[in-house]
Amino acid sequence: MRRIGQTRWGLAVAAWAIALGMFFPILWMFLCSFKTEIAAVAVPPKLFFRPTLENYYAVLQRADYLAFARNSVLVSLGSTLLALALAIPAAYSMAFFPTRRTRDILLWMLSTKMLPAVGVLVPIYLLWRDLGLLDTVFGLILIDSISVLPIVVWMLFSFFREVPAVILEASRMDGATQTEELLHVLLPLCTPGIAATALLSIILCWNEAFWSLNLTTVKAATLTNFTASFSSPEGLFWAKLSAASTLSIAPILIFGWMSQRQMVRGLSFGAVK
Amino acid sequence: MATVELRNVRKQFGNHEVIHGIDLLIQDHEFIAFVGPSGCGKSTLLRMIAGLEQVTDGEVLIDGSPAQDVPPAKRGLAMVFQSYALYPHMTVAENMSFSLRLSGASKAEREQKVRAVARILEMEPLLERKPSQLSGGQLQRVAIGRAMVRQPKAFLMDEPLSNLDAALQGQMRLELARLHRELNTTMIYVTHDQLEAMTMADRIVVLNEGNVEQLGSPLELYQHPATFFVAGFIGAPKMNFLDAEIKTVGEQSLTLALASGASVVVPRPLQELNGDEKIRLGVRAEHLALEQEGDLRGEIEALEHLGPRAYIHARLADGARLVAQTDGDTQARPGDRVAFRVRSEATHLFNASGKALTRPGPQTPLS
Repeated sequence: MRRIGQTRWGLAVAAWAIALGMFFPILWMFLCSFKTEIAAVAVPPKLFFRPTLENYYAVLQRADYLAFARNSVLVSLGSTLLALALAIPAAYSMAFFPTRRTRDILLWMLSTKMLPAVGVLVPIYLLWRDLGLLDTVFGLILIDSISVLPIVVWMLFSFFREVPAVILEASRMDGATQTEELLHVLLPLCTPGIAATALLSIILCWNEAFWSLNLTTVKAATLTNFTASFSSPEGLFWAKLSAASTLSIAPILIFGWMSQRQMVRGLSFGAVK
Repeated sequence: MATVELRNVRKQFGNHEVIHGIDLLIQDHEFIAFVGPSGCGKSTLLRMIAGLEQVTDGEVLIDGSPAQDVPPAKRGLAMVFQSYALYPHMTVAENMSFSLRLSGASKAEREQKVRAVARILEMEPLLERKPSQLSGGQLQRVAIGRAMVRQPKAFLMDEPLSNLDAALQGQMRLELARLHRELNTTMIYVTHDQLEAMTMADRIVVLNEGNVEQLGSPLELYQHPATFFVAGFIGAPKMNFLDAEIKTVGEQSLTLALASGASVVVPRPLQELNGDEKIRLGVRAEHLALEQEGDLRGEIEALEHLGPRAYIHARLADGARLVAQTDGDTQARPGDRVAFRVRSEATHLFNASGKALTRPGPQTPLS
């Protein structure tokens, strides 16, 4: 009994330490955003200081935060919807009508995530330029949805596989067409899984910086561009950068916090048992 | 109401053929059962009729028209699955009315039909529950109800009772038989349990390794099994088989030498026989009588008392085991040395290839 108790305590302490370690940079950034520039770079670091809102004021003065935020929302929601629209039929077909090559296709899809994005930057840039997609929200939605697609397909595939095929067969016997089977039976059964997948995709797209920095400038720029614009080569303004970063991640952090229950339920989803 | 006809139906999975060309005509209103051991192809056959499995070769005709290229949704059949396969996210009423919803029936019509079926199956109080709140027997009723609401041309049932406990199975067997009488619809029933087939079906198809071994009424199969396989599969306890050699072939009778040294005289079958042919003698438990002067001598290994009757499990001199039926109040005890007389007019003979040799006389049920 005592040993089990000790292990438990040990695990709890370790878990807290890791969680705090991971959270610390965010906390520090949050604190810095309320410091003056001088206080932000002070050595030794200051834990107690007079908070100020001047950084937020300065940041919002310099850039139209709402425009960036709107693009971020459009891009992360749009990419997620597009990725789901493509991935649901793909995962359905792979989960319920597998062929000898299904496993290979899944692995191949995942392997594309191992390719550094910068490796295809030039061709994508040229393509987007010729298609007139540079600095458009749609162009960014397109590239972001392609980049989350493998993960979305994988997650949906594993959720769909949990659904006994016989339930879909029953719906076929009941007269359902393939579309009806998908809409009335499979998707409602997998709602928690689909929600978790969508949440993860939204977060990934929200945080995506590489493509938005390279393919957009003004009109379609997202909050990652907004943040990056405060890391200037002529010297870093830590406090302002912290304020901009806090503003960028605040929405997704709040969103993530509100939906964490959904997320955990979806990820540990035991389908229909 | 429908006839279902199979014409030289074959099924291959990859290079492996599991159904080797089956011809079968299922009559309108008939209750037909497919039985056989697991892997014999009975479920595959049913799924091909349902349309859930493609036919590799041959034809499936429903009401006379080719259906092998018609999707399951359009065949007008309903299926009850072994695992029930209810929609977990829908209530019982929604489960049952799903097919009506898909076909565009009005809400009032849906409700009225669901109520009517729920009344027949005595499950009106369950209509608003979710499947997760129901017991196995209730789930089974919902699955049957869902099939009934569609008013299908035929019911396909894939081992619908095998997830229920024995008492419930007995009750549901009666209920299914009653439903079949009342609905008067064609029913195709797959089971590995010969008892279910025997008690409910009008006709039984015994399948083995993708072939039809025999097709007939329950009593025909029991009394006149066409093959060694059917003889062993139909009936519980299993038929006793004893290896034998032909000693003498008489005008009317045949004398067999058994491996235990005993000899048995049985009616001579219609087929020509070679003197040295190895054959198997089949005797059902109820055709062995405990008698002092019996031909088969052995020792009782175990006794099963079932109340009205008892089964004696005995071991003969050569090690062969057999089961004999006797009165419920038998005084026999394990360890007793006993002898059995074979009711030779009720024996079955099988040649080396497993085919039954035909008994002389009328092929009518034995008393």
